[in-house]
Amino acid sequence: MPMVDIQNVRKQYAGGFEALKGVNLQIEEGEILALLGPNGAGKTTLISAICGITMPTSGTITVGGFDVVKNFRQARDLIGLVPQEINLEPFTKVIDAVRFTRGLFGKPKDDALIESILKRLSLWDKRDNRTMELSGGMKRRVLIAKALSHEPRVLFLDEPTAGVDVELRRDMWDVVEGLRQDGVTIILTTHYIEEAEAMADRIGVIRQGEILLVEKKDSLIARMGEKELIMELADPLAALPGALSDFDLVLSEDGTCLTYRYDTSAERTGIATLIATLSAQGIAIADMSSRQKSLEDIFVGLVDEHGEDAA
Amino acid sequence: MNLYAIGAMYRSEMSRFFRTIMQSFISPVISTSLYFVVFGTAIGSRIDQVDGVSYGAFIVPGLIMLAVMGQATSNASFGVFFPKFTGTIYELLSAPVNFLEIVIGFVGAAATKALFIGAVILMTSFFFVDITIAHPLAMLAFLLLTCLSFALLGFIIGIWAKNFEQVQLVPMLVITPLVFLGGSFYSISMLPPVWQVTSRFNPVVYLVSGFRWSFFDQADVPVGLSLMAIAGFTGGCMVVIWWIFKTGWRIRS
Ligand SMILES: Nc1ncnc2c1ncn2[C@@H]1O[C@H](COP(=O)(O)OP(=O)(O)OP(=O)(O)O)[C@@H](O)[C@H]1O
Ligand SMILES: [Mg+2]
Repeated sequence: MPMVDIQNVRKQYAGGFEALKGVNLQIEEGEILALLGPNGAGKTTLISAICGITMPTSGTITVGGFDVVKNFRQARDLIGLVPQEINLEPFTKVIDAVRFTRGLFGKPKDDALIESILKRLSLWDKRDNRTMELSGGMKRRVLIAKALSHEPRVLFLDEPTAGVDVELRRDMWDVVEGLRQDGVTIILTTHYIEEAEAMADRIGVIRQGEILLVEKKDSLIARMGEKELIMELADPLAALPGALSDFDLVLSEDGTCLTYRYDTSAERTGIATLIATLSAQGIAIADMSSRQKSLEDIFVGLVDEHGEDAA
Repeated sequence: MNLYAIGAMYRSEMSRFFRTIMQSFISPVISTSLYFVVFGTAIGSRIDQVDGVSYGAFIVPGLIMLAVMGQATSNASFGVFFPKFTGTIYELLSAPVNFLEIVIGFVGAAATKALFIGAVILMTSFFFVDITIAHPLAMLAFLLLTCLSFALLGFIIGIWAKNFEQVQLVPMLVITPLVFLGGSFYSISMLPPVWQVTSRFNPVVYLVSGFRWSFFDQADVPVGLSLMAIAGFTGGCMVVIWWIFKTGWRIRS
């Protein structure tokens, strides 16, 4: 049974705008899923629907097997949420804000736990400060501390590192790694692809309320194993000679540039044969470079491709 | 019941009150003293007695009601509006709590504050006039029910309000006039007949009358009617709040 099971979820806001168009997504226990997507894709809406902040128009969502509407108590017991917006009661002390959340989730007082969470997030020195006296990055840490205070089994991090310095990002990654070892299921949204690469087991891409792809990070990286060899020719070619037709080659329109695609993980890349064939054909190469495809290329490619469909 | 959650909400609401405890304490003392000086002394020197009670003593229940209704309403409405304003309401919406628990936490705290203010005013009154309370238990019951029902009303206002002006508008435009016209400072029987009839439509009349009965054993309307009025008002507010949470009106997009 998946830890989070989203079936056919649609969300139409009061104005009539459809922010989610039938989302299906299953997340296994202990997994870390990164949700990528441009602004307005529906990431926050999806998280809000799971956590009870917004009501889905149709479809069902279960967390830990509990329906988030019908059995909201059992479902929400399991869920921790770090919202995208920094929302904090300004006059409350940091430690009181964190204790409040723990109580709200029906857990008895546990000062040792709160202390360890605050220390892990480098907030212990600030525990008696009012939240309004903190910097933006520290406020975000407080939100994370609040979400961890009731020991959730499923944690939603909605852009946890937006506008955050390198140090906190590292801290965050460490915290996430620690949670992963405790078996916590984590769903995070981010605009930083390197972050998804660093933390996630699976990567989902959402655009205009639709999930375009959900794939294991490893298989995406295998796709990234594809490389391109770009060769600038000394003399332009009018067309590809027949002898080269066996190679995966593309000739640029002006005939000055040849691009060869190959897989670095393959046993034979075919580069040596290609070079030999080129010189046998009397084609001289002026310059040569190679380029790796990144997750970003795949991501941008996907989003653009579907963008044209939508337009 | 998620008792830890109720406790957490109640404590966090009360902490705001304790942060401004001096204001909470001093302002009712000063305003009550002013009322005694203005109403008790100036008007009292001309009215002497109402229904056999000295005018100074007669206005005490009305004064307490005036303050308690205003305080219960504004504390609750502000308490609910503030998390909407700061955005921290996301936490209440995503927590394993139901509407009853949220209401107990927020309304309970607002009612407690109002009760405290009511007690302060009663204490202050003892310095100005002689009062004996004929039915102390009934007095307490009326006070508690008034705190509760107006805190519920405040809760609704807090959810309805879209800005701070609206939070303040209802108490100022609706509650204060109703209380002033509700026999706080006079007996309904002192009014011309037309106004006596009109007053019957003012719910505050029933509350003030019942409360005053618990002090002086005299009422403008039968006590049973007063109790029914306040029970009906409390029940009505609960129904509205239940509906709000069921539909998510103005809280869940
Ligand atoms: N309360 C609302 N009422 C109406 N429309 C809304 C509401 N909240 C969000 N939307 C719309 O729904 C769409 C999805 O918004 P959402 O916040 O889920 O996007 P997102 O993927 O989280 O974007 P971002 O990366 O900017 O955070 C947007 O077009 C947004 O304008
Ligand atoms: Mg978002």
